[in-house]
Amino acid sequence: MDTSPPDPQLSALYQELILDHYRRPRNKGTLDHATHSVSLNNPLCGDEIDLQLRVDGDVIKEARFIGRGCSISQAAASMMTQLVKDKSIPEALALADRMGAMMQGDEGAARDRALGELRALAGVSKFPVRIKCALLPWNALTDAVQPQRG
Amino acid sequence: MLDVARLRADFPLLAQRENGHPLVYLDNAATTQKPQAVLDAIVEYYRTTNANVHRGAYDLAIRATEAYEAARLKVAAFVHAWAPEGVVFTRGTTEAINLVAGAYGRATVRAGDTLVVTAMDHHSNLVPWQILCQEKGATLRMVEITEDGRIDLSDYGRALERRPKIVAFPYVSNALGTVNPAAQLARLAHAVGAVVVVDGAQSTPHLKVDVQTLDCDFYALSGHKMLGPMGSGALVAKPELLDAMPPYHGGGEMISHVWDDHSSYNTLPHKFEAGTPNVEGAVGLAAAIAYLEGVGAERIAEHEQALAAAAIERLAQIEGVTVYGPRDHRAGVVSFTYGDIHPHDIATILDQDGICIRAGHHCAQPLMRRLNVPATARASFYLYNGLDDVDALAGALVKAGALFGYVPA
Repeated sequence: MDTSPPDPQLSALYQELILDHYRRPRNKGTLDHATHSVSLNNPLCGDEIDLQLRVDGDVIKEARFIGRGCSISQAAASMMTQLVKDKSIPEALALADRMGAMMQGDEGAARDRALGELRALAGVSKFPVRIKCALLPWNALTDAVQPQRG
Repeated sequence: MLDVARLRADFPLLAQRENGHPLVYLDNAATTQKPQAVLDAIVEYYRTTNANVHRGAYDLAIRATEAYEAARLKVAAFVHAWAPEGVVFTRGTTEAINLVAGAYGRATVRAGDTLVVTAMDHHSNLVPWQILCQEKGATLRMVEITEDGRIDLSDYGRALERRPKIVAFPYVSNALGTVNPAAQLARLAHAVGAVVVVDGAQSTPHLKVDVQTLDCDFYALSGHKMLGPMGSGALVAKPELLDAMPPYHGGGEMISHVWDDHSSYNTLPHKFEAGTPNVEGAVGLAAAIAYLEGVGAERIAEHEQALAAAAIERLAQIEGVTVYGPRDHRAGVVSFTYGDIHPHDIATILDQDGICIRAGHHCAQPLMRRLNVPATARASFYLYNGLDDVDALAGALVKAGALFGYVPA
């Protein structure tokens, strides 16, 4: 049996912080007074997210989600709902762009403090088939605030 | 057990390395690798025999037609078809079932009729029937499965009380590996006057199949799951049923005479093979069947059952792993979950060790709902897999567990 230690890329992918958000997701649930909601799934792998926002003016006051899926998609959703709270919609969309850049391997984005804990997901860029998992909640957010794009 | 080292040497792709590790290919329920003999047959066809079939007046076209029709005989003999003209080449199982739903179903099913499927059917043996029922105003009745992943025979009996027009089920479940009592299911369905459609995608590659002993009416198979090329496959049917059916696709080859406003149709099986067929696929499939015959269907089935049994035993020793499906009467498909590690995460981790498994709903979402899981990981074996592959799988799973904080037992 192969008992060599796990590949360093894998250890980077499945960091403690990611598993913590996967197992203890923040902001999981529904909002009573949501102004925006969107459901997205990835039909290929079955990851699902229902994202709800309460937006006041152009500020996201609260974000919650219900979802099922892999550790990457669910941790990304948990981290995202924390990060976008009290951000304006343009700020949130800018973060979505930074997140997309980080998934494309942009090292500047991976060091950008604005992404907060989401930087722990930088390792996903080494696993092309998993990038869509990390971006699923961000795509839901973009669809929710820019419905004309959906 | 088969001599795996000798067999592997026939499969060029298996010599590849993945992510720096020897390739461990355990996704055979999705598709299989191809032996050199199949690759050679395809190249040889294009190098020496290629012409359009059933229309050329020259020797090359006659040889192409002969190669194509010889492939039909090969498929017919392999599953003991009722007659060679009862073998219609299709792109695979999905197209074969759509042909039955679209031609036989559309001609015979009426509003108020019932059709029966099972909760373990692949979407390809479910969605075509859903579409047909919606179009006709018919009812689709899904037969439940037991907790250990078999068709619930008492629920099957209740479904048959509705005297369904068509009963469809898989011979072998792609998601659980269950080998269903297909002959018994067919007999019970016939007793109430139903026509029986068997999804043979997972049985034809792995078991000795005899459609006449099964006594179904339609049997669908895919070439790419049995060492043949993608886009090859067949519908095997009772010729009298095919004869009475309207055509499926219209076009060249399937006609006898064409007038301005109507046409008469060709004889079987050509009536159902509109357009230039996939001759390369048929020739490759025939070569795959020759290869499988050289090994022996019974020996392949025994080998895979031994691998599945070994895998189940090894996986059961890993604390937190749940294996789905029955303990016996099963083929070489092992579906499992590991604690709260999502199957996609398992697949990513195993891939780093060069191990290819499937993670997801296996095109069986109604089944996943009944198992109460969004997805499973699935290892599926074929004749070129060995106990070393089972070791690699178990070893990599322990690593996956370690990454997620599970302690090896």
